[in-house]
Amino acid sequence: MITIIDYKAGNLTSVVRAVNHLGFECRVTRNVEDILSAERVIFPGVGSAGQAMEDLENTGLGQTIKEFYASGRPFLGICLGTQIILEKSEEFNTTCLGLVRGEVKRFPEPLLSDTGERLKVPHMGWNRVGLKKPHPVLKGITPESEFYFVHSYYPAPASDDNVIGTTAHGISFTSILGRDNMIAAQFHPEKSGRPGLAILKNFCLWDGKDAE
Amino acid sequence: MLSKRIIPCLDVREGKTTKGIKFKENVDIGDPVDMAKHYYDAGADEIVFYDITASHEKRNIMIDVVRRVAETIFIPFSVGGGIRTVEDMREVLLAGAEKISVNSAAVKNPQIIAEGARAFGSQCIVLGMDVKQVEKTEGIPTGYEIVINGGRTHMGIDALAWALKAQELGAGEICLNSIDADGTKEGYEMTLTRMISEHVSIPVIASGGAGTPEHICDVLTEGKADAGLIASMVHYGTYTIKAIKDFLHERGVKMRNVW
Repeated sequence: MITIIDYKAGNLTSVVRAVNHLGFECRVTRNVEDILSAERVIFPGVGSAGQAMEDLENTGLGQTIKEFYASGRPFLGICLGTQIILEKSEEFNTTCLGLVRGEVKRFPEPLLSDTGERLKVPHMGWNRVGLKKPHPVLKGITPESEFYFVHSYYPAPASDDNVIGTTAHGISFTSILGRDNMIAAQFHPEKSGRPGLAILKNFCLWDGKDAE
Repeated sequence: MLSKRIIPCLDVREGKTTKGIKFKENVDIGDPVDMAKHYYDAGADEIVFYDITASHEKRNIMIDVVRRVAETIFIPFSVGGGIRTVEDMREVLLAGAEKISVNSAAVKNPQIIAEGARAFGSQCIVLGMDVKQVEKTEGIPTGYEIVINGGRTHMGIDALAWALKAQELGAGEICLNSIDADGTKEGYEMTLTRMISEHVSIPVIASGGAGTPEHICDVLTEGKADAGLIASMVHYGTYTIKAIKDFLHERGVKMRNVW
């Protein structure tokens, strides 16, 4: 059973539908016991880091997430869930969970392409991910695979060890990061067609052990 | 680098698509869920649904369509038509749509944009704009005016001013429809699209007038649009999404080519 953490940060319907479509059962919960006893956890989220961290602190779920991560069982972050596993975010100067060293930054403006064209923020739409290292959850993903992004802030891990994939939007940023039993994507695998579903499926079958 | 998006648009009335849609095998398909699946498999980057159900009582039919679409396709899709309140938005988003679009309701009550953005985030809120070219006046300095009721009612609002205001209120994207170009199949309204796209910082979906892949290429390059809305050119099997994307790719427009 896949456990999806509900901390009032956005609509979880599409994550649930995608997991069910792949033939896996899931439950959406904010119950501490359910999360701590979960076989694997998805930590999604849409919205602002400030609000999300406030909710996680008020409910104590922030601590629960840290404990789950320490258990070594598989953990998948999506979008805002990926950002708030870092130490802090420039969005409302928020202190985050700190599962991975580094911070979350806003895209600089003006943001320009290689050819000098002004790029838009939020970074919204389909983009590619350059894989920096192999990972069991990314099996089957090719350089041409594209994923659906919607965000104005991006994760910037302090160590290259945590960078699994990068994406270019004016700058190159970390779009997939990982550490031990945790992998986290800035994009929405549940909205990214077949390559996105492949990542979700790989995650549902992953034992939480790193590639190397 | 972001790919430019190709977005088929489906009009739905009381749970059925309104046009006798024919694909290659010449089969009429009136089910919006089947059509969404078809376009998902064919490589559409997103899908737009317009609910043109006249009666408010029958709106729950659309909610059921949205729910079934969300179980079937795993790309973003938006729903517009008849959305007037934050509660209307919530219903559609909880049923599984990624975005909702507001058009005339926002013209009449701009605060709906801010309320929606506050409740669900800007990324959910698409402003649909119907625009007609008029004489340049003091009130309409660009010569492009906001219209509603399919172009029959002029609102006395300048299109560029409205786009900028909507962005400030929290719209996350603009779907820009030229009433003049709509249905002509002679190409998108390039001047309008370029003007809006160059002045706002949110993505612009060009709508109205697509007849050939060349038209889409023009609006995504010279027109500076981020996405092109298409309807009849794919609904009647004249072109496939793949043929359109291959054409654009050859012209150097970055597309999502693997799906």
